[in-house]
Amino acid sequence: MSDKGFIDVQGVSIQFATRGSIVQAVKSVSLTVQPNEFVSLIGPSGCGKSTLLNIVAGFAKASSGQALLDGVPITGPGSERGVVFQQYSLFPWLTVRKNVEFGLRMSGVARGKRESSARTLLGLAGLLAFENHYPDQLSGGMKQRIGIVRALATSPQVLLMDEPFGALDTQTRTVMQEILTNMWQQFRISVLFVTHDIEEAVFLSDRIYVMTARPGRIKAEVRVPLPRPRMAAMTETPGFMELVHKLKGLIREESIAAMGSELKSGGLTGFGMDVGPQGVGQLL
Amino acid sequence: MSAEAMPATDGPIIRYFEREKLDEIAAPAQKTLRLPFWFSSDRVITVVSACLSIGCLFVIWYLGTRYRINLFIRFQNIPTPHEVFVQAGEVIGSTKFLINIGMSLERILLGFAIAIILGVPLGLLTGRYRRIRELVMPAVEVLRPIPAIAWVPMSIMLWPSNESSIIFITFIGAFFPILLNTIHGVEAMDGVLLRAAQCLGASEPRLFWHVILPGALSQIFTGLAIGMGVAWVSLIAAEMISGQFGVGYYTWEAYSLVNYPAIVLGMITIGMLGLLCSGAIRLIGRLTMPWLAFAPGSRK
Repeated sequence: MSDKGFIDVQGVSIQFATRGSIVQAVKSVSLTVQPNEFVSLIGPSGCGKSTLLNIVAGFAKASSGQALLDGVPITGPGSERGVVFQQYSLFPWLTVRKNVEFGLRMSGVARGKRESSARTLLGLAGLLAFENHYPDQLSGGMKQRIGIVRALATSPQVLLMDEPFGALDTQTRTVMQEILTNMWQQFRISVLFVTHDIEEAVFLSDRIYVMTARPGRIKAEVRVPLPRPRMAAMTETPGFMELVHKLKGLIREESIAAMGSELKSGGLTGFGMDVGPQGVGQLL
Repeated sequence: MSAEAMPATDGPIIRYFEREKLDEIAAPAQKTLRLPFWFSSDRVITVVSACLSIGCLFVIWYLGTRYRINLFIRFQNIPTPHEVFVQAGEVIGSTKFLINIGMSLERILLGFAIAIILGVPLGLLTGRYRRIRELVMPAVEVLRPIPAIAWVPMSIMLWPSNESSIIFITFIGAFFPILLNTIHGVEAMDGVLLRAAQCLGASEPRLFWHVILPGALSQIFTGLAIGMGVAWVSLIAAEMISGQFGVGYYTWEAYSLVNYPAIVLGMITIGMLGLLCSGAIRLIGRLTMPWLAFAPGSRK
């Protein structure tokens, strides 16, 4: 267990120009992930949560504010921050084991050593039998497990996950969540997890940040005091369901606001949508 | 059977089936007759189709020359399959003919190799960096529409020997398809793979070798296949105009000497050599990219 892997996002705003107009994607967002903490970022689609993750990953630059890892400003991608993408992003030309070895190879680890550590990790993920398969031979769930294993292979201080289970079917997804929570328990690293799935966020996280519709800001910070280790059965406990219910309420307002800004005013009822007791007018 | 037909309205909400009973009612595995791979019906159809396809050409050729058809297209001077066969018997094995083939192959391989050595790296850089693209593409767009054959006079002036000018023309033919397909291969790559490599610690030079090159490889091989075809077209044209030796030269010489069977023999030789070369590229492609066998695609 290390005390490294402290993510500190300080007043980050992101704006970009599209077709002449400037879009404010994220507005002065501050958040932290403590060492060994599992933090989720949820919000309606288009709220800039993935963009924010890209800032921490080093793929994008903030218009103002900054993101720090253990006190050092993040300027570009690096192997101390493992990233798991929604689209698996395995290299199709490498076998499963070579994919897992990739990060170690880039940091100059000798062949024998990286082979054995890749095998150890694949064994933990129950994928050793597939080490010589190509990614295109595997199912989505297997690919994403390899994606996670590959990101962990370089022993990063933090793991950044961008809707990693978004492309999976519901059954596979719940199994993957259990696998992830087990793996996190074993590896004990900081995780910043982006999702729009509320149950997923509650099941996995220590803490959840809820973002508003665009321009994305932090709307609420929710602690998840549920005990660990977490099993599938936990999703039926009152404590779990209560948290999910609360978060649904928070997100729902934002989703309607997000849709409202797309449809302009008065569009929702026309689509046969039940907007609930608050009514559309109040929300828009 | 009657248990299965139970109405859905009554009985328990969940009815469990015992695994053993399921195995009993499962259909027994079908026994299939194992045939040697070269005798499977699939294989037979493949071979029959190939024979039909080539047989058709022969039939048209044979009938045309047999009855000396003269309806707008004129078969009167066209040698019969038999005449060509006799010519082949005389020529194949003669040193002169083998030298012709050897010369053509040497020119193709040299021109093609230079096109790969220059085209692939330049294509990778051009595809990756906007600044290089802005520098390279205007010149490429100006030169590309000029067919390799149009380079023949210029090439003769430019290069000190006949040989080098022919190789240059072959190179020109192969270069642009290879370059443009490489560029396209890099541009079409999924950006997420580059990002994945970067956050696994890949530096820019390593990114080229470990991600951009393999990622663009299948498109590069498409370029090689097209380039090989164009290289042959260019080579034959160059040999016909300015060559000494080579199958193109052989074919043109036959026409000058009114040796009609040799023309057809030359054509067939060119076809076979072209087929051999593109077959070799396909084979090398399959061997270097074993993962493509599992890639999703629409080929039936």
